[in-house]
Amino acid sequence: MSQPGASGDVLDGRIPRGPLHDKWDNHRFDIKLVNPANKRRFTIIVVGTGLAGASAAATLGELGYNVEAFTYHDSPRRAHSIAAQGGINAAKNYRSDGDSIWRLFYDTVKGGDYRSREANVYRLAQLSLEIIDQAVAQGVPFAREYGGLLDTRSFGGAQVSRTFYARGQTGQQLLLGCYQAMLRQVDAGTVRLHTRHEMLDVVVVDGRAVGVVVRDLLTGEITSHSAHAIVLATGGYSNSFFLSTNAVNSNATAIWRAHKKGALFANPCFTQIHPTCIPQSEEFQSKLTLMSESLRNDGRIWVPADPGDDRPPNQVPADERDYYLERMYPAFGNLVPRDVASRAAKRMIDQERGVGPLNNGVYLDFGDAIGRLGRDTIADRYGNLFQMYERITGDDPYQVPMRIYPAPHYTMGGLWVDYNLSTTVPGLYAIGEANFSDHGANRLGASALMQGLADGYFIIPTTIGDYLAPLLGEAPVPTDHPEFERSERAIRDQIDRFIALKGTRSAAWFHRELGRIVWEHCGMMRSRPGLEKGVAEIRGLRDEFRNDLRVLPQTSETLNQALERAGRVADFFELAELMCIDALHRDESAGGHFREEYQTENGEPQRRDDDFSYVAAWAFNRVGEWDLLKEDLTFEYVELKTRTYE
Amino acid sequence: MRITVRVWRQTGPSAPGRFETYVADRVSGEMSFLEMLDQINEELISDGDEPIAFDSDCREGICGSCGMMINGRAHGPLTATATCQLHMRHFRDGDEIVVEPWRASAFPVIKDLVVNRSSLDRIIEAGGYVSVNTGSAPDANLIPIPKDVADRAFDAAACIGCGACVAACPNGAAQLFTASKVAHLDMLPQGQAERYSRAADMVDVMEQYFGSCTNFAECEAACPKAISIDFIAMMNRDYLKAQFHIRRKRQV
Repeated sequence: MSQPGASGDVLDGRIPRGPLHDKWDNHRFDIKLVNPANKRRFTIIVVGTGLAGASAAATLGELGYNVEAFTYHDSPRRAHSIAAQGGINAAKNYRSDGDSIWRLFYDTVKGGDYRSREANVYRLAQLSLEIIDQAVAQGVPFAREYGGLLDTRSFGGAQVSRTFYARGQTGQQLLLGCYQAMLRQVDAGTVRLHTRHEMLDVVVVDGRAVGVVVRDLLTGEITSHSAHAIVLATGGYSNSFFLSTNAVNSNATAIWRAHKKGALFANPCFTQIHPTCIPQSEEFQSKLTLMSESLRNDGRIWVPADPGDDRPPNQVPADERDYYLERMYPAFGNLVPRDVASRAAKRMIDQERGVGPLNNGVYLDFGDAIGRLGRDTIADRYGNLFQMYERITGDDPYQVPMRIYPAPHYTMGGLWVDYNLSTTVPGLYAIGEANFSDHGANRLGASALMQGLADGYFIIPTTIGDYLAPLLGEAPVPTDHPEFERSERAIRDQIDRFIALKGTRSAAWFHRELGRIVWEHCGMMRSRPGLEKGVAEIRGLRDEFRNDLRVLPQTSETLNQALERAGRVADFFELAELMCIDALHRDESAGGHFREEYQTENGEPQRRDDDFSYVAAWAFNRVGEWDLLKEDLTFEYVELKTRTYE
Repeated sequence: MRITVRVWRQTGPSAPGRFETYVADRVSGEMSFLEMLDQINEELISDGDEPIAFDSDCREGICGSCGMMINGRAHGPLTATATCQLHMRHFRDGDEIVVEPWRASAFPVIKDLVVNRSSLDRIIEAGGYVSVNTGSAPDANLIPIPKDVADRAFDAAACIGCGACVAACPNGAAQLFTASKVAHLDMLPQGQAERYSRAADMVDVMEQYFGSCTNFAECEAACPKAISIDFIAMMNRDYLKAQFHIRRKRQV
């Protein structure tokens, strides 16, 4: 589509024709194809090699395209998709418990609080079947029943058992599957892999994305790479909160710099707070560790009924415990969606019923389950998670309940994309968590892995042909084009500026302070005064960052982790402001975005569908100044209802 | 707690290295080992000194980025624990800790504690996969896999590719890494078609980079995922069989 114009423009998601269940088929028939013999004449850059990026690179390579894949890791196997523990959904209905593509679609739209695009979500549910088939064929060792068939379990937001899992390491096993598929293509020569390279800019010529500029993290060398199309698969931006469940190097630089080159940024305020993380224990903590949501299958969540009760958990009798999720939401109980469970935990702690040394957690108790099923069964289901908890806290969860608290986990916002996963810059695609796509205002458990792989294995390899086919015979823009040189110069200037500053504080210090502001004002609960204060504080701290940063060593021609971090934190500063601005404009509560001004008498979020049933997509003018564009969300197949889990 | 750390500092692959001593005096037992290094780095930067370079990412024991020799042991004193999951409560106030990069000729030092482990990826490229193009897979439940087989394959698949096995091995061998992948795929029906070529190709590439296995079993002791050396026997058996299979294939 053409470059969007000024404020008030309406975006077109380019939803295909026909009834919902035919849209993807119709689209595959309607879009242009690239003849197999011609695919090798196209070069595609894939940035990021997690679930989405590696599966895309592998599949594009299999199809015959020339793929240049970039990652800042030393190996693609380290991408943070590897840390996803719980599982991946698929509407296989292997258990005959009433599941179907339609139900997975419905649960996902409802779970996302009716802020996702129906056509995309339906396609995701359709493709979920093939993802499991593909992963099993690759040798992903999913859990099995004794009869040899695949085992499943339940996740939050669903009343069927559709989550496939590989112990508590599902993300790792799925990532290794696509990493291996990609390395097979590296060996075959269709994919060229560039490790320890960080993308620092997208180059746009005549309105099209034509290449990227990257920095070799070991030598500091800055190089340009051109291609017919570029796919960003660089993950989410939860690390804008500093403390999150993301890997410490996860960052927003690739998508943010693409945004500054014209790609719209959609729904930045939709960040998911995951309910089951280990609470913060000390000031220098660098990250929060998530305990899989699957634990809520057997764990019961409670706090002492009386505020200030600081007895050890095993001394609190059953009738003096408040199993508050089971009390408030009897139908879903401990398996309510993540945003609901998170807010409930925050309320308990705000009522001074928090547990643990810092009174900053709630109990996730396996006592009943161990009594009912035996220790061995629990160890078989969750053993490695229990071990991880014990490593981190020093407590044995077989003996005492775990302590959990919500933490920033996954971002539903990201680059705006149409049905083809194309951003508003032609030739530039965003897949996986890097786009805003399918999750709406909240993400159901076990749906992120599904989306990353659907995008990478099945969608982008198909839709990218529609853009490439008319470009047959056109060579990529040469990297000595002035736009490449301009990008390279701008990157060098920024690096030189960081090094020349010689201030007093590290990028890590600024990042921690920024995170405190974002968490306090744009975290689990938001309010107009809080957000306005947040914007002011972010701007103030950003000014200090620009004047008082200290980067050591003072050279870019070597591995310099402080310098890498400085660039990422600079981008987080700008993004954090947009997160607050987006949260301010959305005068409603939806999913992970809870505005205190918009809640029911029971404290449940209050959507305002007549006014806010749209995707908010922001066009960049300059830092602090964005134009709002809207994509109207129309719900033809699901009725917009108040989300209830009672 | 007050902890003294002697850290290997090396500015580049060909530069000489040396130990430097630093003191962290606000260490809490809840901190991970890497968070203690973060704290030292913050202080180094505020004193105008260059921070210690080390790799880490997920900090929850699964990405395999981190890893260093701590008092001569890969990933430190605990068994089945990656460095990021090692917490300072396992050390005592006043302890002196020696920290070095992985020691293996196949892993050249890049800087300080950061080493180049890309030779592990070369082994996977040689055949550590099932050749199946996207979209051509049959229904997932078409081939039942007994639970104990799937579980055993998973035990092998749990490898995080950190390189501790190589660093702990007196010979700098990568048998445990390679065997975990070979065994994972060789145990599953999906892996049978390429079973022998996989074992042969991966072992051949492994031997280009790494030392020989002489059954010290230090790798198993150092592995943060407690992967068993039994898988090495499985790999060796398949490698041996592969010599006959491959010869037969060539004769056809």
